[in-house]
Amino acid sequence: MALLQIAEPEQTPAPRRNQLAVGIDLGTTNSLVATVRNGMPVVLPDHEGRPLLPSIVHFGRDGADVGYAAQDALIADSQNTIVSVKRLMGRGLSDLADARRFPYRFVDAPGMVQLETRVGRRTPVEVSAEILKTLRVRAEAALGGALAGAVVTVPAYFDDAQRQATKDAARLAGLNVLRLLNEPTAAAIAYGLDHGAEGIYAVYDLGGGTFDLSILKLSRGVFEVLATAGDTALGGDDFDHRVYCWMLETSRVGPVSASDTRLLMLKACEAKENLTAHAATPIRATLSTGETIDTTLTASTFATITTNLVSKTLAPVRKALRDARLSPAEIKGVVMVGGATRMPQIQKAVAEFFGAPPLNNLDPDQVVALGAAIQANVLAGNRVEGEDWLLLDVIPLSLGVETMGGLTEKIVPRNATIPIARAQEFTTFKDGQTAMAIHVVQGEREKVSDCRSLARFELRGIPPMVAGAARIRVTFQVDADGLLSVSAREQTTGVEAAIAVKPSYGLADADIARMLEESQAHAAEDMTARALAEAQVEAERLLAATEGGLAADGDLLTASERAAIDASMAAVRRLAAGSDRHALAAALASLNRTTEDFAAKRMDRSISRALTGRSVDSLAGH
Amino acid sequence: MIDFSQDYFALFGLPRRYRFDSAQLDAAYRALQRGIHPDRYAAAGEAERRLALQSSARVNEAYRALKDPVSRAQYLLSLHGIDALGETDTALRPEFLQQQLARRESIADAHAERDATKLAALLDDTRSDIGTFEARLAQHLDGEQGLVAARDDVRELRFLTKVAADIEAALVDLEN
Repeated sequence: MALLQIAEPEQTPAPRRNQLAVGIDLGTTNSLVATVRNGMPVVLPDHEGRPLLPSIVHFGRDGADVGYAAQDALIADSQNTIVSVKRLMGRGLSDLADARRFPYRFVDAPGMVQLETRVGRRTPVEVSAEILKTLRVRAEAALGGALAGAVVTVPAYFDDAQRQATKDAARLAGLNVLRLLNEPTAAAIAYGLDHGAEGIYAVYDLGGGTFDLSILKLSRGVFEVLATAGDTALGGDDFDHRVYCWMLETSRVGPVSASDTRLLMLKACEAKENLTAHAATPIRATLSTGETIDTTLTASTFATITTNLVSKTLAPVRKALRDARLSPAEIKGVVMVGGATRMPQIQKAVAEFFGAPPLNNLDPDQVVALGAAIQANVLAGNRVEGEDWLLLDVIPLSLGVETMGGLTEKIVPRNATIPIARAQEFTTFKDGQTAMAIHVVQGEREKVSDCRSLARFELRGIPPMVAGAARIRVTFQVDADGLLSVSAREQTTGVEAAIAVKPSYGLADADIARMLEESQAHAAEDMTARALAEAQVEAERLLAATEGGLAADGDLLTASERAAIDASMAAVRRLAAGSDRHALAAALASLNRTTEDFAAKRMDRSISRALTGRSVDSLAGH
Repeated sequence: MIDFSQDYFALFGLPRRYRFDSAQLDAAYRALQRGIHPDRYAAAGEAERRLALQSSARVNEAYRALKDPVSRAQYLLSLHGIDALGETDTALRPEFLQQQLARRESIADAHAERDATKLAALLDDTRSDIGTFEARLAQHLDGEQGLVAARDDVRELRFLTKVAADIEAALVDLEN
């Protein structure tokens, strides 16, 4: 848009310092952190040059070890060594069909399951936060400063509870979450921008514990997700488990202890990986009981015992295609993501289904983190010249409310483009009724009991009226992270009904604050210094954004409005150089308030530009 | 921020008609989202981020309403003060109803017999009816005095879309 380039040379702001931003792939098996350097996305390795961080957390006697450092404890201290914690995020004990496969001591807490460990009860959110914290520290060391923000990826098929849990974990790890990004979408960004792809693509993402299938339309710089489907409890882990079961059956050993289970699962995983390049692999193990396993697994046996799992991935593929009203032949290419897609039987099944070999051009372990880094760079405001793309993603599962008889009424349908707001009117059924309970659920099934309960809201303060006279408009808003918020208003009197939110899952802000304090009381980090550093990063970000806005649209302001903003900015600048974080926070809040009207005016202008920027004949007939 | 009192057609700079060039809607939609999507304001202050979220949600809602034939017709009628799909008045013309009841029976039979070919044929048939109804609806809505007739068309069109969705569900059921 040429209009943005007309600033006079002397008004051009000094080139902004790049904001430090990272993309994080928080995986079931491995996690990664990446950033954009000199216009190129790169994974940040640890000090030994290893790009991956195994998603393993060991709660030892002297604190938590994460990654390779925790690996040795897998067998030796299996109850205190947590793997695949992603499968537990936002899940209650009753949601875990495979709970017995884990060697942990589960505690059935309301909303989300907890784990009994040496250091006390831990939620999956806290365990994930340990992994994220390790990656934050790695990135800060590599980039030389506090991070302005991070994009954290989630499986596209994660529901609201799982997304909220992931965001909570990131906050707990001291990250400013710029966006939760769907993993297949992240992969599509990395792939699309790298290959200049145009057309309709499918992303087949089989990770360690989750499966996603997204269909995207890539056209002239717009990544538009048409449909997504998946299974948040299906991944490479399940293939390991089949091999494990096969070993026990054919070797006639067992029952086995928790640590032997771990040992055999590791052997199973090794065998699976060997079979990617070999026709057969030996499996040898000695259990703590003295029993031995000495056998050979062939690729064809492996394919046979995992047939069901492979076909289980094809059901969501069909569903997504149906939702997008497309046939396999209309898909231009299938991008393979996730280490588990290396399995030959997966490659073969996908090639057969789509009638074309899938695309494996990018490292399936890294592509999600790289895409997240690209998005983080853009969101942090480090817009790259000539790079003008837009991402339109969807909500994976329908949102609805409980109606009479335990049935669900859908309010936001699945695959609706986000952000989205939908309003629904409810009324009272008794004379003089002043409160109303609303139960929000997510899922596709008709019965409430078959859907995921997200929250129960109590609307209070409804003016007393005869039954059916009150009109309570409840608005459901899903933001660009795919997270839901709800507000309500009584229409006839305009009374804003108060909402008491009782989340069925997740953490209240107070919990996060408490956990942050607890974790940091034990950490070596100086909490006050960190809070100040965070406020300073925020100040820099906001100043840069405001300067950018003034340079582009400063003409929208009157002299006095301009003076007020300049004064607010000067105050922030002055306090950011000092060390009073409370004063700085207040100045930031004040700058936010002062720029509110300016923000609205800028938005108006970008809308009128968007419409007038189009060709004249597209407006014909208006 | 966007003018929330504006109707959806005006929002996209489109004529207030049932039939329009859908490429034009797509282009206007993308142009608007390029300007207001929350991703564009992720580094901005709180106020801008909130405005972007609200505006972008409104544009998505408007796009959805105009993209789908049934909801577009319903919306167009609502601009004329006609509530086409309200719960108070759901009457369908008797001959239409009779036809559809017969069709539903055939669907149930085919489903019970697990006859995918027959179901696929019924789906084709229903989709062809949908096409006919859409054309008639377009004539009524874009013509001068067809609003009341259009109201019946919308209801019947919605009925047919549901029938088509049911056949699709039956086909999925046979697949599994």
